[in-house]
Amino acid sequence: MERILPQPTPETQHFWDGCKVGELRLQRCLDCAKAYFPPRPFCPACGSRAVEIFAASGRASLYSYVINHRPRPDMGAAPHSIAVVTLAEGPRMMTNIIDCPQTPEALQLDMPLEVVFRTFGDMALPLFRPLADAPAKAAAAASQGVRARVLEGTPA
Amino acid sequence: MKPRTVAVVGAAETTRLGKIPDMSVIGLHADGALNALADAGLKPGDIDGVATAGESPVAVAHYLGITPTWVDGTSVGGCSFMLHVRHAAAAINEGLCKTVLITHGESGRSRVGAGGGFGGRPGSSLMGQFEMPFGVTSPPTMFTIPVLRYMKNHGVTEEDLAMVAVIQREWAGMNPRASYRDPITVDDVLASPMIAWPFRMLMCCLVTDGGGALVLTSAERARDFPHKPVHVLGAGESVETPMVSQMEDFTTSKAFRVSGWKAFEEAGIAHADVDHLMIYDAFAHLPLYGLEDLGFCKPGEAAAFIRERNTAPGGKLPLNTNGGGLSYMHSGMYGMYALQESVRQLRGIAPAQVPGARIAVSHGVGGMFGAAGTIVFGNDA
Repeated sequence: MERILPQPTPETQHFWDGCKVGELRLQRCLDCAKAYFPPRPFCPACGSRAVEIFAASGRASLYSYVINHRPRPDMGAAPHSIAVVTLAEGPRMMTNIIDCPQTPEALQLDMPLEVVFRTFGDMALPLFRPLADAPAKAAAAASQGVRARVLEGTPA
Repeated sequence: MKPRTVAVVGAAETTRLGKIPDMSVIGLHADGALNALADAGLKPGDIDGVATAGESPVAVAHYLGITPTWVDGTSVGGCSFMLHVRHAAAAINEGLCKTVLITHGESGRSRVGAGGGFGGRPGSSLMGQFEMPFGVTSPPTMFTIPVLRYMKNHGVTEEDLAMVAVIQREWAGMNPRASYRDPITVDDVLASPMIAWPFRMLMCCLVTDGGGALVLTSAERARDFPHKPVHVLGAGESVETPMVSQMEDFTTSKAFRVSGWKAFEEAGIAHADVDHLMIYDAFAHLPLYGLEDLGFCKPGEAAAFIRERNTAPGGKLPLNTNGGGLSYMHSGMYGMYALQESVRQLRGIAPAQVPGARIAVSHGVGGMFGAAGTIVFGNDA
């Protein structure tokens, strides 16, 4: 089954065009300077229509996720992450964390991530993977196991 | 709304709950409605206001033979019926109608005469563009996404989530109409099939068929009905976002906080005044968020509050005493059943009756933390 893909609207076309050329395009307000997502032609913080599109850094951290053990048919058969990441510029977005085991041990909250664009049909989706220069930290965290992580900072 | 001016004078669920393959969605609306009208000693022709969600109020009114002067089709998910109560109170106070029927019916399990449910979001909607492509399907892969952040920030464990389901099963064991009544342990919950880590099957709500309805009128007229009226002391509502990924903070629901605060303020009550509490539990983390966002617990303290049996049978704050969406029933838009249990408790007829309950709070969620509605009921206003 083919992957379920977004259907861009005039207000979001720039984002999906950006994904095809390897740019994670956010918007920001020229009046209050706040960066925001998902796309819209005005600032959700102050209502100003004076906004611009810019290329984000692609850096993010892992905010929260689940590992779906009953994947949708277009997502294959193996359990996979459905995650929300906090972009370096502030906004959050839903995505998948790839290029690492889909396990609680490998997927540590707050781990640094970078965007990677994957092509499906005539669209490209922004996915995220562990930041290349932070493998040691991820490995150390993974060795601690999930129960220890969830219990972090609390009495047993 | 103006507090204490409107009351529930009729309340009932469908004759059967659970698996009802011989009734369609509109049929379940009607069964609950006719039971609630009988409870109030009324006929459909006595109703001049109709509110519903999931179905059009046009369809419900016509099916029942009602010609209303006021309708409300507010449909913001499972808490829509809390919002209907609040809107009905305003409409009755404004003189738009005198007697309101609020109906719910859903063939969640058997899917008789039902629409497509989740997954039918247009690919061009914001959710269709920015959430659906990443594999979300239905509530178990969306409603659950915030909880790891909550667990990490507050040191809450999988065992804590499991305990929510264990204690609600204790309540369900006292309720002959509950879908699941056999006791369970934390180990049972943690051994149940994985759905979307960290959520296992017994941390997720049921999927059943059923319905229910309420009849409301002015407090003045309410004195003339067969049952002692249950007054609406205060009510609140709010919404946050249709996309769970865009919640402001994954450890707290803004819609819960705004709705709860408004309801408590209108009712003029303190938390210590509350004898009985319903918090819509589509998943095991909902009561944790609800207890904190409604102000019964400080942030991060709800898991210990439940673990220490404050919400269990015999505890100081009986919570989800019908067994909840986790064990009683959950057709899809569970808010109606939370309201029904609040009314039963204040009438003194609940299967797991809280002795002498005078003030009951019923809090609902819509979508994935997208909306909220809160009703404060009292039986001696």
